[in-house]
Amino acid sequence: MHELLGANGGSKRLLLGNQAIVRGALEAGISFATTYPGTPASEIGDNFYRISREIDLYFEYSVNEKVALETAAAAAVSGLRSMCSMKHVGLNVAADALMTLAYVGVKGGLVIVSADDPSLHSSQNEQDNRYYAKLSGLPMLEPANSQEALEMTRAAFTLSESHQIPVLLRTTTRVNHSRGVVTLGTLQPPQRSGSFEKDPFNLVVVPMVGRRLHVELLKKSHNLRAEANHSPFNTASGEGSWGIVTNGVSYNYVVDAIRELKLGDRIQVLKLGMTYPFAAELCLDFLKGLERILVVEELEPFMEEMLKVAAQESGLTLEIRGKEDDLLPRYFEFDPVQIKTAMARFFELDYQPPKVEPGPELPQRPPNLCAGCPHRATYYAVKQALGEGTAIYPTDIGCYTLGLLPPLQTADFLLCMGSSVSSAGGFSKAQDQPVVAFIGDSTFFHSGITGLINAVQNDHNFTLVILDNGTTAMTGQQPHPGVELTVEGPQPPKVDIEAVVRGCGVDQVLVVQPLQVRKTIGSIKEVLEGDENPGVRVIISKSPCPLFERRVTGRKQKVVFKVTEECDMCRRCLDELGCPAFTYCEDEEDCAYIRIDELLCSGCSVCAQMCHAVTPKKKSA
Amino acid sequence: MEVEGWAVWPRGSCMDSWRIFFTGVGGQGTLLATRILGEAALLTDVQVVVSEIHGMAQRGGVVESAVVMGKVLSPVVSDGEADVLMAFEPLEALRALRKCSAHSLVIANTSPISPFAVSSGKVQYPDVSEMMRTVSGHVGKLIALNARSLARGAGSELAVNMVLLGTLMRQERLPFGREPVETVIKTRTRKPFVEINLEAFDLGFQVV
Ligand SMILES: Cc1ncc(C[n+]2csc(CCOP(=O)(O)OP(=O)(O)O)c2C)c(N)n1
Ligand code: SF4
Repeated sequence: MHELLGANGGSKRLLLGNQAIVRGALEAGISFATTYPGTPASEIGDNFYRISREIDLYFEYSVNEKVALETAAAAAVSGLRSMCSMKHVGLNVAADALMTLAYVGVKGGLVIVSADDPSLHSSQNEQDNRYYAKLSGLPMLEPANSQEALEMTRAAFTLSESHQIPVLLRTTTRVNHSRGVVTLGTLQPPQRSGSFEKDPFNLVVVPMVGRRLHVELLKKSHNLRAEANHSPFNTASGEGSWGIVTNGVSYNYVVDAIRELKLGDRIQVLKLGMTYPFAAELCLDFLKGLERILVVEELEPFMEEMLKVAAQESGLTLEIRGKEDDLLPRYFEFDPVQIKTAMARFFELDYQPPKVEPGPELPQRPPNLCAGCPHRATYYAVKQALGEGTAIYPTDIGCYTLGLLPPLQTADFLLCMGSSVSSAGGFSKAQDQPVVAFIGDSTFFHSGITGLINAVQNDHNFTLVILDNGTTAMTGQQPHPGVELTVEGPQPPKVDIEAVVRGCGVDQVLVVQPLQVRKTIGSIKEVLEGDENPGVRVIISKSPCPLFERRVTGRKQKVVFKVTEECDMCRRCLDELGCPAFTYCEDEEDCAYIRIDELLCSGCSVCAQMCHAVTPKKKSA
Repeated sequence: MEVEGWAVWPRGSCMDSWRIFFTGVGGQGTLLATRILGEAALLTDVQVVVSEIHGMAQRGGVVESAVVMGKVLSPVVSDGEADVLMAFEPLEALRALRKCSAHSLVIANTSPISPFAVSSGKVQYPDVSEMMRTVSGHVGKLIALNARSLARGAGSELAVNMVLLGTLMRQERLPFGREPVETVIKTRTRKPFVEINLEAFDLGFQVV
């Protein structure tokens, strides 16, 4: 049984924030869950996926976040308790649906999880998605730890249902990926099926309907504001004449700082868990009688600005500070010393942060494509096919973005998922260098297809390489519509990438197996040299991620490769492939040689095809 | 080897909070080690938070995590505030030295894993003894050991994490002893590896 299903109410578990969210949803009787994977949200969907095989819960990995939200919206409008989870930038993709879903509302509770990533641990930006609550008018909850993640998720379903509006659960990486002790509640079984009642003049948003629904939404907001003022998640504690207003993970830093700086009798803390609508009356009550207020929140001055507005409206003139004068930065996540330092500066206290020696310059250790990764083979082949020529390489998001680093250096431009295809078209129209763009298979389904159609329609001129490794590797090997390898054995893909590409109107389509190095270089050369017949050319480079392949097939690796005496130290393997299994060594007489680490070698044979000195040998058990 | 420079454990037996910072290279099992320590704390009713960063672990990058116990709630360990640094790789020990103070206990594996710039012959891997000397000069106590060879002795090089946990538990710095950790190893690690893991833990425990 799945670990989140087995545990009884009342028992204690050490749970990741993401597991606690799933457990909270199960305790609320969730029936329907959708997601598109993305760090730091991925474990929410991955747990639902496994749980959905054991209980009557519908779960899907949707093709992208917009699709995931729209799918979940239908379930919620049909009365089912539903959840849609995604990383912060996913909400940009889903924003079009989000904004109007706020008007339409829901019947069954709908909780939308936005997992933000301050410090960009694994993201392209660190946008503060709390503004989506303000922009859309949706209520928002922000847990500070795993226990709250569970409780707020459970409460979010009730809140959503009683106001017939989706609720945003906004987390940050440190909440999603911290494990904390959680006391569990009781599980509730999912509801088998919902029912939809036709109601077009509330559910079909033509202007006439939308006008009325907007006014309705503002009424809901008004009522939700009263909820926020009385929310059990908005709590004041402590004593003294100074105040701190804080939220989410920052609350932990504040509590620790008060204890360590021995300020227990001087500072009151207002912790906001329901941060939108803004609990203005509650906050004003808190402000009254205090001398000065520090607002401790990561990223943007979201609460700070609302607090200042509320204070101004009621004529309070006390000092409220946060992001100004670099007291607290608007970038990156906080850490405990930073909060102690800011508190000491603002409240004029004696505190010396620990002295930190700037360490010596050390060799960096950036992540690298795995040994045997087919992406490396594809990049190598494209560069060989181009020879002395160069090209602009618009790229996309996934493991393959690691091609950015030397020696491959096959990445020149990237914005967000799908930008490879569309920007390639733009480059081809804006300048004269040839353009070769790269996109992963999951990313292609997520948001590459529209760009491809656009390129065909507008006669863009570039080559698109689709890196089809049969899975969504970067985020934990989630399935996508083109998956062929499954634990139950190989199956035909539900959606065939080549058929999609041809269906988009592309005539010049080539499928290559990148681990067949010479053949692939030859084929790519032909495609690239066909530059005289302009248009969109697509190369589908198809070979499974070896980590994924080994996991699903359970196949054991039989061969590894070794460097023989034939090696003349030309260094091409090191300088052109950059496979992490290769090591440059020197023996006692300072004589250089190259070695392949047997533990790392995955037996892909790409190096053996480019160099006569590399030969196979049986892998020792 | 034990390096000179042992200072008194910062707050002696009246400690009410513990911050343990873990660093290593993807694939070394740092996250399993933090999780085991977290579960052991839960077993013994010690308040605990474990913080992990997922995402890059598979691809040879640096993996950092933390276990904080007792009165502390903050999941992040600031520079200069780690009570213990568990370094699974010597270069990463030095890189994470900023987390330590003159009071910190450091347990470091001396078996290096070359970053790509080193294995491609572009730069040299720094001298391990030299790095350990630098670390020891800045902290309360350093225990440097070849956890990889001990793990190999226990039956698998993958058990470096268990060796280092054993060494940590021997120091008796935490609010619980070795038993809950061994219980968690028995119940939470994969069946075929339990024996090896316990053996590795014990070999680590022998190191003082
Ligand atoms: C809008 C958005 N959603 C999700 C993500 C998270 N994310 C990063 S890469 C990736 C998938 C990559 O899969 P694929 O394109 O198949 O490449 P692979 O990692 O398999 O090489 C995802 C989902 C994101 N960056 N942006
Ligand atoms: S996980 Fe798979 S796709 Fe990603 S770098 Fe490793 S081998 Fe390549």
